[in-house]
Amino acid sequence: MTSDGRPLTLTVNKQQHHVHVEPRRTLADTLRDDCGLTGTHLGCEQGVCGACTVLVDGDPVRSCLMFAVQAEDTEIETVEGLAGDDLELHPLQEAFSAHHALQCGFCTPGFLMLAAGILNHQPDIADDELRIALSSNLCRCTGYQTIIEAVRSVRDQT
Amino acid sequence: MIGQSVQRLEDKPLLLGQGAFVADVSFPDEVHLRVVRSEVAQGLILDVDVSAAREAHGVVGVWTGEDLAAVPLIDFRQIGYDELLMHRQPVLARRSVRYVGEPLAIVVAADPYLAEDIAELVSVDIEPTESEPVEAMVLESGYGSIDEAFAAADCVVELNLEIGRHSGVPMETRGLLARPNPESKLLELYGVSKVPHYNCAAIASMLNLDPESVVGLEGHVGGGFGIRGELYPEDVLVAWAACLLQRPVKWIEDRREHFVAANHSRDQRHRVRAAADGSGMIMAIDDEFWCDQGAYVRTHGATVPSLTAAMLPGPYVIPSYRSCAHILMTNKTPAGTYRAPGRFEATFVCERVVEAVARELDLDPVTVRRRNLIPSSAMPFDRKLSALGIPIVLDSGDYEQLLQRLVDHISLDDLTIDLERRRASGELVGLGLGLFVEKSGLGPYEDVRMTVQHDGSVEVVTGVASVGQGVETAIAQICASYLDMDYRDVTVVHGQTDRISRGMGAFASRVTVMAGSATYLATAAIKEEARRLAAEMLEANMEDLEYRNGSIGVRGNPDKDISLGDISAAAESGLSAEASFTTEHMTYPYGGHAAVVKVDPETGEVTIERYVVAYDVGRAVNPMLIEGQIQGGAAQGVGGALLEEFQYDESGQPLVTSFMDYLMPTAAETPLVEVLLSEDAPSPLNPLGVKGAGEGGTNACGAALATAVEQAIGRPGAVTELPMTPARVRSMLNNS
Repeated sequence: MTSDGRPLTLTVNKQQHHVHVEPRRTLADTLRDDCGLTGTHLGCEQGVCGACTVLVDGDPVRSCLMFAVQAEDTEIETVEGLAGDDLELHPLQEAFSAHHALQCGFCTPGFLMLAAGILNHQPDIADDELRIALSSNLCRCTGYQTIIEAVRSVRDQT
Repeated sequence: MIGQSVQRLEDKPLLLGQGAFVADVSFPDEVHLRVVRSEVAQGLILDVDVSAAREAHGVVGVWTGEDLAAVPLIDFRQIGYDELLMHRQPVLARRSVRYVGEPLAIVVAADPYLAEDIAELVSVDIEPTESEPVEAMVLESGYGSIDEAFAAADCVVELNLEIGRHSGVPMETRGLLARPNPESKLLELYGVSKVPHYNCAAIASMLNLDPESVVGLEGHVGGGFGIRGELYPEDVLVAWAACLLQRPVKWIEDRREHFVAANHSRDQRHRVRAAADGSGMIMAIDDEFWCDQGAYVRTHGATVPSLTAAMLPGPYVIPSYRSCAHILMTNKTPAGTYRAPGRFEATFVCERVVEAVARELDLDPVTVRRRNLIPSSAMPFDRKLSALGIPIVLDSGDYEQLLQRLVDHISLDDLTIDLERRRASGELVGLGLGLFVEKSGLGPYEDVRMTVQHDGSVEVVTGVASVGQGVETAIAQICASYLDMDYRDVTVVHGQTDRISRGMGAFASRVTVMAGSATYLATAAIKEEARRLAAEMLEANMEDLEYRNGSIGVRGNPDKDISLGDISAAAESGLSAEASFTTEHMTYPYGGHAAVVKVDPETGEVTIERYVVAYDVGRAVNPMLIEGQIQGGAAQGVGGALLEEFQYDESGQPLVTSFMDYLMPTAAETPLVEVLLSEDAPSPLNPLGVKGAGEGGTNACGAALATAVEQAIGRPGAVTELPMTPARVRSMLNNS
C-alpha cells in the first residue's frame, strides 16, 4: 500500500478491522485487499454490475463506488458474514444451490447481499417488485430465472 | 445417478465467498502490471516516452514494444491459414497501432493504484493514418449444382442481412498471476482457463522456456463463453515480466479494458440467395458473407467464418449449397468465438431464408420447414461440408419429432389464432420460430486418471477445464453411476497441468462428451484392475470374480467380497487406472426456439412474453445443469438479438466502454425460458450417448426473435439487421 494513507477502523461482519488506507481507496478494494475478505467481487468498478454489493447499515451498496473512509462508523456486512459460525449455510445460500441459481459463481456474492438487503427491507416483496429489484445486478450465466426463484423461496419461508 | 438433477459439488465455496478467482490469489511479494493502450484506431507510433514513468515513486519497471521485440507474434490455436499469418498480433505494438485498446507498453508497480497512476505518465505520440478495410482472405465451400438449381427454380429470394458485433462479456474480467516458484523453479500461472495445457506450452515457446517449467493452475473461473482463456497479449506480458523480475506479477483487467481488449464476435454481413420449387423445397442456397475480423487474427484463426459456412444449412436437406466468406481486417478490437460461434449468425440467415421462401410462395412457414428437414431415416447424414477441419456427418437426430414437440408445446394453432385476435385489437404481438443443428464434442482426445482412495472415495484427474458450467458435478455423476457410489465422494480435478500431461480443455461443448466418455472408460478400467488385484488378494481366478455394487466378489458367493477402497488400501501401489477417449467426429445436437413478443409502438421496445427452447442432447447427465445452460445461453442470445452491440464512430473510436453503453439483459428483460429437453437421439459416437449442451440456448435467438418482431409490427421481411434495438424497431415502425 502507498504511504500517504490514514488509519481507519471498519466494522465488517461485527468484527473490527484496523486498516491504513488512502482516501481514494474504494471500500471494495479495502475489503478485499486490506481486510482479506475476497468474497466481494469486482465486475466493473463502474457501479453497474453489482458484483461488489455489500450491506452498509443494512442497505445494499456498490462497494466499488464508495470510499473506505466513507464507511467509518457503519456496520458493513459481506458475503462472508452470511453463513453461521460453523459455516452452516444461510437460507439464501441454501436456496441458491437448491435452485441452481449460480453457475460460475462470480456474481453470486453480490446477488446474495442484494437479496439479503431486499428481504431486510421488504420481507413480503411482491413478485414484480422483486424482479425489478434483482435487475440491479448483472449475471451472465444463469438467465436470472433461478435466482428469482431462489429468492422467492426464501421470502415464502418466512 | 446419470439423469438426476443432483445439486452441484461446486456450489459451497462459491456461496460462502471462499472462491479462488484469479484476483483472489495473492503472494506477499507480488507486483502489479498495468497495460498502456492505444487511444488511436490507426496510426504510426512516433514515440512512446517512458522517462517520467520510469522515475515515478513506486515503479518497478516500464517496458515498450522495443524491449519485447524478440517475443514472437501470437499464433493460431485453431484453423490457421498462410494468408492470415501477417495479421497475427504482437504482444506490444512497435511501429503502428491498429485499434483503440492495443497494448503499447507495460508498467509494473508495487500497488495497482500506483501502476495505474504511472501508466498515465507514459507519453504516447501517434500520427493517425487513414484506413480502409482490407480483405485478408476468401474461404469457399459448397456442394451440388447451384447454377442448375437456380435455373430450374420456381421461386428465388435474395436477402441482405447483418448481425451486429457483440461478445461473451463474462462477469469476471480477465486476469493472470505469474509466479516464479523459488523452490520448484517452475513458473506458476494462476488465471489460466479454457485451454490451460495449450496456453502453458504456447507461453513457454514464446518466451524460450522449458515446456515442463510452465504450470497452469486453474482456480475458479467467472464465465467463459468463448472469449476467456484464449492466449492474449496480456498473458504473455505478465509471464514475461515475472520471468524478468523473478517475482509474482499480477494483472487484473478492468471492465473498460475488457470492452476494448478482449475478443469481440459476430459482426457479419450476408448477401444470400435461395432457390425453391413450388412446394417450398429449397433446392439451393448461395451465401456470400463478410466477417469483420477487427484489427488482428488471434488464436481462433478462421474458426468463426469456417463454422458459419459449415453450419448454415442447419437441419435442412438443401441439395446444393455455395458459401463464400470474406475475412475483412478493420480497425476494431480483434474478434474471436462467442457461444454458438458462426451458428447464431448462420441460423439467423438460414431461417430468414426459410421465412422468405414461405412468404414468396404463400405457404405456412412450419410446413416449409417440415418439407425441408433431413428425415431421421437419412441418418447418419453426410453434410458434404467440413467444420474445424472435420467432415460434418450428422450422427443422429429426429428433427421432425422435435419440431412436432415444439409445435405441440406452444399449441401452435391456438396460439396463432390468439395472436391474430390480439393484433386485430391493436396489439403489436408476434410469434417466431427458429430451428437449428448444433455441434459438440470436438476431439481428438481426452484423458482421465482415476484413483480409488483407501476410504473408497475416488479422484478423477482430467485434462479439461471449468468455466463455471458444472464440470465437477457432471463428471462425478458419471463416475459414481458406474462405480455405484455417492457422487459426493468423487473429487474431480481439472485445469491443473502438473497433474496430467495433456488435455484439450473446455470449449466447443466438448467436456461432457470427451471427458465424460473417458471417465466412463476409466470406471471400466478400474473394475478390471480391481478384479486383478482382488484375485491376488483372495487367491482366486479372475474369471471367478465379478464387480458388484462397489466391490469385487466371488461369483455365486454373495457373502464373499472386498470393497474397492479395501483393495486400494491393501494393494502396494493402490488402485488406479487411466483411460483415453478419442474420436474423429463431432456429435450434433439439435433444437428449436419459439418466441412470442410484444412491441411497444411508442418506444420500439421488444418485450418477450414467452420463450421456449426444445433441445435434444442425446442423453442428459444432469437435467438441472443442462436447463441452466439453456436458460443462460438464451439470455445471452436475447441480448445479442435485441440489445448488445459494440459500436464505433467513423474514426474507429469505440462507443462502448462501460455497462452503461453495453446493455446486457437484466432480470427485468430476460424471459422465463421454458426448456423441453429431449433424449430422442443418443449419439452413436460415444459410450454414453451424450451430446454437448452448452450452445443450443443461444443458437436460434436471433432467428426466432426476428420473425416474432416483424410479425408483431405487421411487416414481414422487415428485419434484416441484429440487434433489434428500440431505435431500429421504431424506424421499422415509422417506415411502415
